Amino acid sequence: MSASSGAEVVIIGGGVTGLSAGWWLARAGLRVLVLEKGIVGWEASGRNGGGATHSFSPFFLEEQRLWPQMDEMLGYPTEYRRQRIRIALNEVQWSRMMRSVELAERQGFAWQRLDRRQLRELVPLVGDNALGGLLLDYGGHANPQRTVQAYAWALQDHGGRILQHTTATGITVRGGRATEIVTDRGVFGCEALVIAAGPQTGMLAAMVGAHLPLAPARVEMIVTEPLPLMRHGGADGNGLYGRQTLRGNLAYGGGPHEWIELEGMATPPRVVTPLFRHLARRLTELFPKAAHARVIRSWAGIVENTPDGRPVIERLAEPGNVVLATMSSVGFGLSPASGRAIAELVQHGRCLFADVAPLSLARFRGLPSDWRERLGWIPAADDEAGGIGAA
Amino acid sequence: MASQPARPGGASAGDPSSAAGAPLLVAEHAPLVVVGAGPAGLSAALAAAKAGIATVLVDEHPVESALMGLDVPYHFGQRMNAAVQSKGRMIERIAETDPRLSEAFEAGIDLRLGTCVAGAFVSGPSASSLRKPVLMLADGERSWLMSFDRLIVAAGARDLGLGFAGWEKPGVMGARGAMALLRRYHAFDGRTLLVMGSGAVGMQIAFAALDSGIAVAGIVEIEAAVRGPEAMRAELARRGVPFYLRHAVKEAVGGAEVEGAVLLRLDAEGRAVAGSEARVACDTIVTAIGLVPNVELLDLLGCRLAFRSELGGYVPELDEEGRSSVPCVFAAGDCAGTFEGKLVDDNIARAEGALAAAGAARDLGAVAAPPPESAARRHEPGEVHGYWQAWLAAEIAVGGWDVTVCQCEEVTRRELVELRPPRYLGWGGSQVAARNIERLAAEGPLNQDQVKRLTRAGMGHCQGRRCREQVQMLLAIAGKVPVAAVPLASYRPPVRPLPLGICGPQDEPREIREHWTAWFNIPTQWTPHWEPTPVAGSQPAPDISGLGGPAPGDER
Repeated sequence: MSASSGAEVVIIGGGVTGLSAGWWLARAGLRVLVLEKGIVGWEASGRNGGGATHSFSPFFLEEQRLWPQMDEMLGYPTEYRRQRIRIALNEVQWSRMMRSVELAERQGFAWQRLDRRQLRELVPLVGDNALGGLLLDYGGHANPQRTVQAYAWALQDHGGRILQHTTATGITVRGGRATEIVTDRGVFGCEALVIAAGPQTGMLAAMVGAHLPLAPARVEMIVTEPLPLMRHGGADGNGLYGRQTLRGNLAYGGGPHEWIELEGMATPPRVVTPLFRHLARRLTELFPKAAHARVIRSWAGIVENTPDGRPVIERLAEPGNVVLATMSSVGFGLSPASGRAIAELVQHGRCLFADVAPLSLARFRGLPSDWRERLGWIPAADDEAGGIGAA
Repeated sequence: MASQPARPGGASAGDPSSAAGAPLLVAEHAPLVVVGAGPAGLSAALAAAKAGIATVLVDEHPVESALMGLDVPYHFGQRMNAAVQSKGRMIERIAETDPRLSEAFEAGIDLRLGTCVAGAFVSGPSASSLRKPVLMLADGERSWLMSFDRLIVAAGARDLGLGFAGWEKPGVMGARGAMALLRRYHAFDGRTLLVMGSGAVGMQIAFAALDSGIAVAGIVEIEAAVRGPEAMRAELARRGVPFYLRHAVKEAVGGAEVEGAVLLRLDAEGRAVAGSEARVACDTIVTAIGLVPNVELLDLLGCRLAFRSELGGYVPELDEEGRSSVPCVFAAGDCAGTFEGKLVDDNIARAEGALAAAGAARDLGAVAAPPPESAARRHEPGEVHGYWQAWLAAEIAVGGWDVTVCQCEEVTRRELVELRPPRYLGWGGSQVAARNIERLAAEGPLNQDQVKRLTRAGMGHCQGRRCREQVQMLLAIAGKVPVAAVPLASYRPPVRPLPLGICGPQDEPREIREHWTAWFNIPTQWTPHWEPTPVAGSQPAPDISGLGGPAPGDER
């Protein structure tokens, strides 16, 4: 098959990170082709809490700078709203929540304490069990489903192409460069390649000789019927992340994840388990005045984590035209910045606005092959799987 | 192995914040659970009980009046009277209506009325920690888990929803809702009803209404002839019920509730005849155009489904006994496929129930009597979606595109096919205007789940019951593809809208409470990424035990 149908930059993975990178590249005038094995933004990119408040990331400042401009830059709504509220029901939650605002404060961002009365004015669903909260004068939240589609459409509006239902099965490397991507729908030539394929990024990286350690897992969220809009919808706590959507639904996740195994490029089933009931219980504790609100849906997503839970964003030395990207399960909110960083690595060989050296693969040099067992992420051979049984 | 402190008891700690460390409280176990006490479910449960199998039979009726108000599980159209607020009274009425319920009780079946199944779960590739399959049950006060060895789903069918101007008004309802209120609950709160659809379903409604002393203002049919059995037509005509053939409903009129319907005549090509408006006085309009198998539990369980128009749409792939692709799950009755023959002859559903019971019994080491040969499935149903789409086309012809499809989220046909962001966002602009279903269809197979994310159609509190098939058909029309090419929109638990306070478990096991984290318990995920960190298993040796839990203030 001919490779003439390729592009200057081919991106494997139509998730939020790959789409953002493709959008940045397309608006810079490059010819971009995104290969997506399913539907754009269909996996964890479109099913997450929608938070945009990541003070631990080298992309934090850029994340904060870009989000307020995204609707206008994309031309499609993301439902972005500024600020977050954190709620603590006990002292342990309070002290943990303080750690993240102190980190943001060191980077020049403001926050304030809310006593129970102030909290209730902004978040009327909280009860007497709340100790209080923090109002973050930074961060925010957006609608993941709408945002991933916005990236995809904006990318197309800039002349980029997206091929859905197209699975990459091989990568041809010639003369120290990735030259072709083999898929189940033909071969596509490229001058540069971005691999941002979520849980499958490790398998694809192996095709170009890179070892990217990743562990996939399944997580769950629930959503209620719409409730009257609170003054501040971006409120969470009690071990839950999420928000009240602009429609009024409470959409929250958290709690036990399930480490899983991948079967090649196939998308693992995103089934919800009975654990989703515990989200309802936790949410009732967080918002006692919403106990009557009906849960109308739940969903599961498959995410991937590196051994230290931090992203890998790196332009490889060999083959030198390949950028690897995984956001290690925390990718949605950072996507405006991570996509820009990836685009700059493709265009300039380095990220111009942030230091991505700490996100290099180099930190995993010498990682033993049984790192998941050592971390306890998959059971050791003698450990019976499963903890669910009649009680 | 520094990162693996032993858990008390000596087992490997694994990751205690993962599902592997999270015990679930399963309240009870049943060798066999039958969901649905209609003809198929009752027949299955009775056959299994006679074979000596301890059987639980669950039925959601009587439904909480609050759920009825949300049009769950049927389109009740607010036509229930105050009697439905008394659950005890409704249980008595339902038991009186169907003597086989007493028979089931006598046979020792553990009968749970007023109990819904909100979820069903089996272990699979990405949910491997369930030891036994479980159901999530709920009544008006709590929810709980019940494990089972074998499951027979006999969950019945619901109505095909079809919108027209004013169908949001109280008084517009579905045939299943009407039949339940008339025949099971004896709590129907209308005086004159108009039926849309002249098949057996529609005519059954007319008979049920007349038998209850309720007037029938007419039966509306887009086709030139009545679709259902001639004997039913003749009897209804004899009792004075007018048939409005080659007509469609343009609008439900009235103030706060339905006071009448405006009909429009259709010509031979299905176009609206100008000036043919006729107003029919009625307080209830019943859509009885088609029935849709209730496959939500089967979908949750991962049973393979296939689109078979002659059986009402997406139905489970079953073997001769009704066993699905998930070996511990059987399906029987309308949820296995609906057609007119099954509707008018309960023996078909009963036979399916008995067959499924025979299969389940054999699995459980018992022998259930097979159903009599004469009652085995014998039918030649025809496809229905051509007729359903003709109804939709007729309603578009008489009512246009600015008619609500999704009542919960207030999405019109036009907003759906133009992929408009929801009104509350107030979003315009040329980029959005250039997007529509036709263009989306050119980029890959249409997917209802993708469209619902963008338009919100089907995302509301009725969980898509009133609009799911309309949306599917509109996507097919706008995307110029066959209905069968639009995949089933996914079902998710809870498949009944349950209050947070009921959906959650009453207890949170100590292991879950102690190890609960908002996101993965990887401490270095939440510390500054510009500061180096020792990585597990690399040099130097890791010690993640001393780093403490993640900060829940950070985000996913």
